[in-house]
Amino acid sequence: MTGGLVLEQAFNGLQFGMILFLMAVGVTLAFGVMNLINLAHGSMLMLGAYFIAAAATKITAYPLAFVAALMLTAVASVLLEVLVMRPLYRMGHLDQVLATFGVSIAVNEAVIMIWGREAMFVAPPEWLDGTVALTDTISYPLYRLAITGVAALAGLALWLLLARTRLGMRIRAGAENGDIVGALGVNVRLLFIGVFVISSLLAALGGVMLGPLIAVQSGMGDPLLILALAVVVIGGVGSLKGALVASLAVGLLDTFGRMIWPHLMGNIIGNIVANASVYILMALVIAVRPSGLFGNHAA
Amino acid sequence: MSSSCKPDGAEADQMRLECEAPLLEVRGLVKRFGALVVTDQVSLSVRPGELHALIGPNGAGKSCLIGQISGELRPDEGEVHFRGQRVDDLAVPERARRGLARAYQVPRLFGSLTPAANAAVAEISRVRSGFRFWRRAATDPALAAAARIALDRVGLGRALAPDPADTGAVRPASLLAHGDKRLLELAMGFASDPALLLLDEPLAGLGPADSAAMVALLRSLKGRYGILLVEHDVEAVFALADRISVLVGGRVIASGPAAQIRTDPRVRAAYLGESE
Amino acid sequence: MQPESNLASRRLAIALGLLLAIALVVPLLGQPYYTRLVARMAIFGIAALSLDLLVGYAGLVSFGHAAFFGIGVYCAGLLPMLGVQQVWVIVPVAMLVAGLYGALSGLISLRASGLYFIFITLAFAEIVFYIAQGLRMLGGDDGFRLPAPTLLPGGASLANPVVLAYTMLGALVLAVWFARRLSESHFGQVVVAARDNETRLRAMGLSAYPYRLVLYTIASALCALAGVGFANLVEYASPASMSWIVSGEFLFMVILGSAATIIGPVLGAVVFVGLEQILSALTEHWLFWLGIILVLRVLLLRQGLYGLLTGRGQR
Repeated sequence: MTGGLVLEQAFNGLQFGMILFLMAVGVTLAFGVMNLINLAHGSMLMLGAYFIAAAATKITAYPLAFVAALMLTAVASVLLEVLVMRPLYRMGHLDQVLATFGVSIAVNEAVIMIWGREAMFVAPPEWLDGTVALTDTISYPLYRLAITGVAALAGLALWLLLARTRLGMRIRAGAENGDIVGALGVNVRLLFIGVFVISSLLAALGGVMLGPLIAVQSGMGDPLLILALAVVVIGGVGSLKGALVASLAVGLLDTFGRMIWPHLMGNIIGNIVANASVYILMALVIAVRPSGLFGNHAA
Repeated sequence: MSSSCKPDGAEADQMRLECEAPLLEVRGLVKRFGALVVTDQVSLSVRPGELHALIGPNGAGKSCLIGQISGELRPDEGEVHFRGQRVDDLAVPERARRGLARAYQVPRLFGSLTPAANAAVAEISRVRSGFRFWRRAATDPALAAAARIALDRVGLGRALAPDPADTGAVRPASLLAHGDKRLLELAMGFASDPALLLLDEPLAGLGPADSAAMVALLRSLKGRYGILLVEHDVEAVFALADRISVLVGGRVIASGPAAQIRTDPRVRAAYLGESE
Repeated sequence: MQPESNLASRRLAIALGLLLAIALVVPLLGQPYYTRLVARMAIFGIAALSLDLLVGYAGLVSFGHAAFFGIGVYCAGLLPMLGVQQVWVIVPVAMLVAGLYGALSGLISLRASGLYFIFITLAFAEIVFYIAQGLRMLGGDDGFRLPAPTLLPGGASLANPVVLAYTMLGALVLAVWFARRLSESHFGQVVVAARDNETRLRAMGLSAYPYRLVLYTIASALCALAGVGFANLVEYASPASMSWIVSGEFLFMVILGSAATIIGPVLGAVVFVGLEQILSALTEHWLFWLGIILVLRVLLLRQGLYGLLTGRGQR
């Protein structure tokens, strides 16, 4: 394995980790603030990808299509919050799991009803079509680099929002202690919609950016959601720091694992271990720390 | 610990209590939450059959202390000895199996089960029959008999045990009246026939009638079990306790028989004076 | 209230008797489609009631129960490759493997609770899913055709829908009886008590963990029985049988029927399978309506089918 290849894989792992982070933040915020287990979160990523694919056919300017896709997702998430999620906040985990699972099945089928069963493809914007030379021999796609950058920017923006604004302070208070929100004299209903929309937008941002890299098709968000759930458990529910650390760890573990395990263990077993490594890591973490690495409250 | 007690009526009893080895002995217990010291070098003991009451203003650290004795909280320093053995490394169930039971301020019941079934689970726990997969609990005569005894002990027997003739459903524990829940909680505490019961504010939130009934009940149970009683109702404590310890700011400021505590100037200053 | 509760239980008994009678008659009609439908309902009935032991009685919301179903499916598919077709080998082996995985994964996942438990059971199911998917000699993601069906003593083959339907109905009745008996036992009472108030149980000297672990193992093994039946029904084994969607569907069956009633989840499975057939006959996009129904069940219907039949509320 050459240094260049390692560098390239590190970039891939970082990029994957950042996309996972965008997903995991939403899961952890929704649970921390609204006490909601949201299995429909993968649908938001998928909707983002479908919206950019659809918008790209109508709007030629990529930035406009980008914004349109996010706005459509925001509208969808508000509808979802008002119609389905709000009554769920006060229900038990089992009800939440079932209802949001139902939403995810319905949305997976709805995109087939609208856009058909065939996968859709999105072209990356032309001005991001080139490559960047990492070393003399290895070059890296500009678009992938841009994804990592945008995801990092989104993470930074989220951090600024949470750390530096009043709204952020309230969200953090809620994430760490859900009962406190009402006591702060905040309009809880608006705060919850806000958190849900922000969560959904982060997931959709991941979908919008993944669109040109993977086939846009029904159910594309589900594997990522399940990985993000693992990330949340590893990092500790409610902990944003945990989500970031675990996302990057999982992204790198998964990316490098796919390269290393088959080498070490042969193709069949190596591939199985590579696919399951994140869940094995999760089992190990739970065995040692039942509430995750940075978990502070029993969920 | 203080042993300067003035005989007051039950002289012989008092002497017997003095002679026996303590059932529970707490030595130098310290618990901190960050910079806050909630338990500060607490030492106290409960002798077999003794009712030792713990009083103190709100926030004195009474519940924290009980939690450390039962095993739900881990002390930072100090030792807990029960029946001559150190138990502070044992988990809650292990301490309970050795005869250290606890009743909670907010009743912790098996809400979906009837009161009799609640008591039956206590019996299953006592005789370790939890891994019997085939014997029906509801029709097991041994469980029914034990449940009846446990409910009778707190006066709930006739009222709440299922009538053998009644095949219909009996109300689950979650639907009981508040006072009955408290009594059932107490029954659950005694059901395992413990040597010592940690009793956390059994009178809190009870109306005058329920409260009087509870005091009478505790008086009737006194002597048979060692009891460490945490209670806000000072009058009830003075009426019931063999010994009283006063906890202020996480520290025991006085310990002794009721008469002595009543007149203790430090107690009056720190606690009784404030509350009157 | 006694006459009412008697009336309710009589209504339930009549409904169940009727349902069982229909199930017993249908395979005699010589209509393979309906015979297979009965078998399918019985198979998912077993799976749902095994999950009910966890969700209903122990309060353990597992989102990975399909793993054990899939283990049953793969055992029924793999053992014939080794020349083993006898049901009295395949079923015990399947239940043993599933029970073993249940016990091992339970050792870890039962240390977690609430949200963590839901996600970690899902993770353990994903591990099995990826193992099945990675077995390329067994078709990988596509799975493989059952080389030979499971045989009953005497040589009757589960490939025959009538034999399969009656076998699975028999297994279902046995499973219902077993599960009810288990739930009413001393063990069952401790499990329920741990669900209601673990703090109290601990203060009485019992730790919930070993009881939950045993229950988790039993429920896992029981679900593998359903998996063996399913493999014979579809004559196919693939990772799809253990996907998270299947785990979600099992949960739906349990809740559709009312948790902690054993019979309720079986009814839930019957209705679910029926719904699946009807919806898929009506529209290509039946999954959309299934999802909507699932959401509506949670948001609007306050009690499960069991509650509707007996007049007893679920919550």
